[in-house]
Amino acid sequence: MTELFKARNISLAFGGLRVAQDVSFKLAAGDRVALIGPNGAGKTTLVNLMTGDLAPGNGRFTMAGDDITGFSIAERVRRGLVRTFQTTRLFQTLTVADNVALAIMQRRRITRRVFSAATERPDVRAEWLEILALLGLDRLAYRQVVELAYGQQRLIELAIGLALHPKVLLLDEPAAGVPHDEAPKILEAIDRLPPDIAVLMIEHDMDLVFKFAKRVLVLAAGRLIFEGAPSDVTADHEVRRAYLGSYADARSAS
Amino acid sequence: MSDSATPAPPRGLPMIPEASGALAIIGLGAIGYFLFPDDLAFLTRLIGITLLVLSLDLVTGYCGVATLGHAAQFGVAAYAAGIACVRGVTDPIALLGVGLVAGTMMGLISGALITRFRGLPQLVLSIAVGQLVAALANKLSWLTGGSDGLSGITPGKVFGLYGFDMYSRTAFLFSLGVLLIVFVVLSRFVRSPFGLMCRGIKDDDLRARMIGVSIYPRLVVMYGVSGAVAGLGGALTAISTGVVGLDSVSFERSAEVLVMLVLGGAGHLWGALAGALIFQIFEHIVAAANPFHWMMLVGLLLIGIVVFAPRGLIAPVMALATRLARKGDA
Repeated sequence: MTELFKARNISLAFGGLRVAQDVSFKLAAGDRVALIGPNGAGKTTLVNLMTGDLAPGNGRFTMAGDDITGFSIAERVRRGLVRTFQTTRLFQTLTVADNVALAIMQRRRITRRVFSAATERPDVRAEWLEILALLGLDRLAYRQVVELAYGQQRLIELAIGLALHPKVLLLDEPAAGVPHDEAPKILEAIDRLPPDIAVLMIEHDMDLVFKFAKRVLVLAAGRLIFEGAPSDVTADHEVRRAYLGSYADARSAS
Repeated sequence: MSDSATPAPPRGLPMIPEASGALAIIGLGAIGYFLFPDDLAFLTRLIGITLLVLSLDLVTGYCGVATLGHAAQFGVAAYAAGIACVRGVTDPIALLGVGLVAGTMMGLISGALITRFRGLPQLVLSIAVGQLVAALANKLSWLTGGSDGLSGITPGKVFGLYGFDMYSRTAFLFSLGVLLIVFVVLSRFVRSPFGLMCRGIKDDDLRARMIGVSIYPRLVVMYGVSGAVAGLGGALTAISTGVVGLDSVSFERSAEVLVMLVLGGAGHLWGALAGALIFQIFEHIVAAANPFHWMMLVGLLLIGIVVFAPRGLIAPVMALATRLARKGDA
């Protein structure tokens, strides 16, 4: 399979706290990978490193063989490395349609135009309508994002991600905060992603992980302690100790 | 809102915002021209400042850039047009062109400095740029007239036909025409993909970068456009008043237009227009009626508006319009 993304020996420390320690992994075309680990393991930090929000102290990132370690956030996005946020980051005062349309127009390199129509351009409109319909958001198209419930905002995060036509898509807990009856829409949307893109999902919901992932990465204290099939993850001794153990501790504490 | 599967696009024909803007400006202009023929000199100055408020709206209202130095673009263009006129370029259209270019250049320079930063450092830097320009205007007195101001600006006839008269009729109509064109062009511009993206950057710049936008060049370009609009205002003021003084680059000017913008409602062209009109007319009337206490009254008005309409006078109007439109949809 074609290798799309590679992290090689990534390390980062905040003062004395080592949030990433010598992390290496690859994402190939068609990958569906879950990144799991206890709270504070450094999952979101790793995503922030991948997107360029943080610079690693050590190590390199490559995309399709090119070193992108020094690239800005925007340059990485233009290469097809796209993320969604754990806590929604949307254009709050714009409408749902505007949010998705901006992503579409940016992908198609028409956001430098100063006199043409924007969200209502017929080709742009057709595209955001399709994406919003897929996520069941179409009737909210002309509502301001700030008016919407948090769960609906999570779906818009995903809609923006889809609109960018990613090659590598990083989903930071896409189902967290989404009402139970809307959660299947997220899985359905992820199922319908083009099969040749790589998806890395941070997720706590193990049901979702087992449904989605063909491969699991387990992060604990900034170190990658397991990489393998979902069926093997619960059997792994170190994972049980680091990750599932914390749940057991939490349960016995409560 | 209906629950139908396919949402209708927002009601209205494609050119409605442009047309309503043009009609409103023509209507207001007609009221000024026919009902207040003795105040045309004041109304002409008002239009020049209104362009500066619109210009400020582009960077502050649409991009979220905090600035207290926006008079720099206006003043540099006013001086450039004034100096060009004194040195022999007397065609008003050419002088507008000089102001436009000077304002754009100043906007690009300011923008390149100011938009590198965010928050308080940005605000302080904008003040510094404004003060630098003001100090230069004062020091280069061989060019600018220094504290005496630059005088002797006597522009030629508009289109070679309409000379500037002492009643300011030509100046007023000329300024009104420029305002009309600028407002219509900006109405289109702010709804373009570029304009929409600027509003996105204002909302959340990390989200904008995460869809692949390089923010800095866009903000600098927007500053250039804003400088062009301010430059037109500055050139018009130089042409119509015949003098350019240090007040045109002053900190007070920068602060005053920010107050007008907040008063009217930042982030809407209508807000900028309403704020500029209401503030200046109120100031004009109150200053004439009570020359000793007018500043107090202006202060009280501002406090009242900030308390009762914190998002500007235009916000409740826009909310009402949205509600009516939705009612129409149901």
